[in-house]
Amino acid sequence: MTGLGDRFIPVMTILLGIVAAWYIGAYALNAPFQRGLNERAGETPGFVEFVGQTMSQPKPTLPAPHQVAVNFFENTFLRSVTSARSLVYHAWVTLSSTLLGFAFGTVLGIAIAVGIVHVLALDRSLMPWIIASQTIPILALAPMIIVVLAAVGITGLLPKALISTYLSFFPVAVGMVKGLRSPEAINLDLMRTYNASKAETFWKLRLPASVPFLFASMKVAIAASLVGAIVGELPTGAAAGIGAKLLNGSYYSQTIDMFSALVAGSIVAALLVTAVGATGRVVERAMGARPA
Amino acid sequence: MSNVLRDWQSSAALVLALLSIVLPLTDAGSVGLKAVLVLLVITAAVAAIAVRAGLLLVVILFVGAHLAAWLLLQSLGGKTGMAGPSYYFLLAAAWLLAWRLVTVLSALKIDNRAGDLAIRLGIPLLFGIWVLILWEAIVRGAGVPFVLLPPPSAIAARIAGSVSTLAADVNQTIVKAVLIGYALGCTAGFAAAILADRFGFLRRGLLPIGNMVSALPIIGVAPIMVMWFGFDWPSKAAVVVIMTFFPMLVNTVTGLAASGHMERDLMRTYAAGYWQTLASLRLPAAMPFIFNALKINSTLALIGAIVAEFFGTPVVGMGFRISTEVGRMNIDMVWAEIAVAALAGSVFYGVIALLERVVTFWHPSIRGG
Repeated sequence: MTGLGDRFIPVMTILLGIVAAWYIGAYALNAPFQRGLNERAGETPGFVEFVGQTMSQPKPTLPAPHQVAVNFFENTFLRSVTSARSLVYHAWVTLSSTLLGFAFGTVLGIAIAVGIVHVLALDRSLMPWIIASQTIPILALAPMIIVVLAAVGITGLLPKALISTYLSFFPVAVGMVKGLRSPEAINLDLMRTYNASKAETFWKLRLPASVPFLFASMKVAIAASLVGAIVGELPTGAAAGIGAKLLNGSYYSQTIDMFSALVAGSIVAALLVTAVGATGRVVERAMGARPA
Repeated sequence: MSNVLRDWQSSAALVLALLSIVLPLTDAGSVGLKAVLVLLVITAAVAAIAVRAGLLLVVILFVGAHLAAWLLLQSLGGKTGMAGPSYYFLLAAAWLLAWRLVTVLSALKIDNRAGDLAIRLGIPLLFGIWVLILWEAIVRGAGVPFVLLPPPSAIAARIAGSVSTLAADVNQTIVKAVLIGYALGCTAGFAAAILADRFGFLRRGLLPIGNMVSALPIIGVAPIMVMWFGFDWPSKAAVVVIMTFFPMLVNTVTGLAASGHMERDLMRTYAAGYWQTLASLRLPAAMPFIFNALKINSTLALIGAIVAEFFGTPVVGMGFRISTEVGRMNIDMVWAEIAVAALAGSVFYGVIALLERVVTFWHPSIRGG
């Protein structure tokens, strides 16, 4: 494996550098508060003891990595998964609306792409608006969508999922338009010599050709979908989910909780993107693609 | 007969108009207005079916669809929730005529550049206008409660009525937080990319991490930044910096690898140093990638700044206004704020896209278009 020396060592070095910088940052940011605390208590600890104190505040400005790790470990593995303090529970709440929104978004994106590729009027009129739609900060709309839908009696998973849908349909639509148009003229001509109908060309040429594009854009879409779900949780009164955990943390200055919620969100994101990527590879191999 | 089938939108509009003769328009609508409407739609539909193509057809459809829509809105006469079945039939008929118009326009081939550009811009514009018309007509016709979805006219009135508030919010959120954060984040990402390019070890380490971080919900750092930098704009700018840093880094590093071996070899035969090659070959070649990052970042920056305001702000700012006006059920103000944000986002994106055309004039995607 040449990859080990080429990638593993540099990545690890940078990661170690980040952790080291984090520790230094934690010391620097937490020191003023700790100094004040010690002054009022009339204590004069040595340097090593003082550093230890900055790393073990209950509500630090920047928690040290090990504090976050301990908190994350406790809230993930040591609590029952149904407990409201368990990160697994919150991650599950966020994950379910992420997946629902992602499913809606993917279906919608594919439908729009199929329409755009086949209907000239849609291509000309809809495409610019799809691009413009993403300049609307939909995340800013999230609280209103949630409040308004709650007013008509739709609560729970669906409103959050709709925000995820809005964020995730765009990459899928754009990627699929590219993918469905990716067959070259020579292949399309071949289909014409076979006297293939539009539907046959779609199912036997355009759709298979678009699969790599689909998975590439689904990777972007699922990450966007997660962001949508997290932000969608903010205005729900901080009931459940990673976003709610973040908001609660910010209300009560529980920085350690906030960081471990962030870590949980990042792990969910990494898992989701990896899962989509792996599915893509399996599907492409099953369709006869040579592994790159 | 083939004309009737080919132009199914106009035919359907004709059927709808005939149907609406027997059904009531509104609960208290005048018969005269309805007769005018029905006649208008029928005339336009029949004329559209008879005229095969060309400018005359465009004019007929344009006038028919929009005059009908305008008359329909007039027929409500300030009352809401009074629409009868034929109101919706005629609305659908007008919409079908507009659809036909877009289809005809899309198929139109015009030789001169100005006309082509006008059609290119006109079609999406028509689409947008019809979204607004349908929104206005359905909300007012069906009497959707104001707190759920205000009609566009009310939102426009609200924008006109509270320009000073909106201007203050734009100044706080966009001019201060977004632009400053965007400039800092993009510059930092660019500088880091140059460093990573200069030292291969750094590149191999940073690139996988950068790729992974791009997929993470970075927006989650917003509450932490608010805690560190306080309620005013610096905390929002900090969120924007973090959100824009990684896309810029990853795209620039990819872009710097885009120049071909031949060109690089040529630079070597010129005895050009690293910085000379960078300035005169590799940076220009990387520009499409850098502009891609700038475009992605323009939307990310706006989102980051507005969402960060949910976690605490002074009493001004777009995110602040949205979250408080939702609480006060002033939904029209929320929509006004959203319209302004969308406009600002589009302008931001448009300026970058224009700059891109100027800077990367040599790129095939721009030369060809």
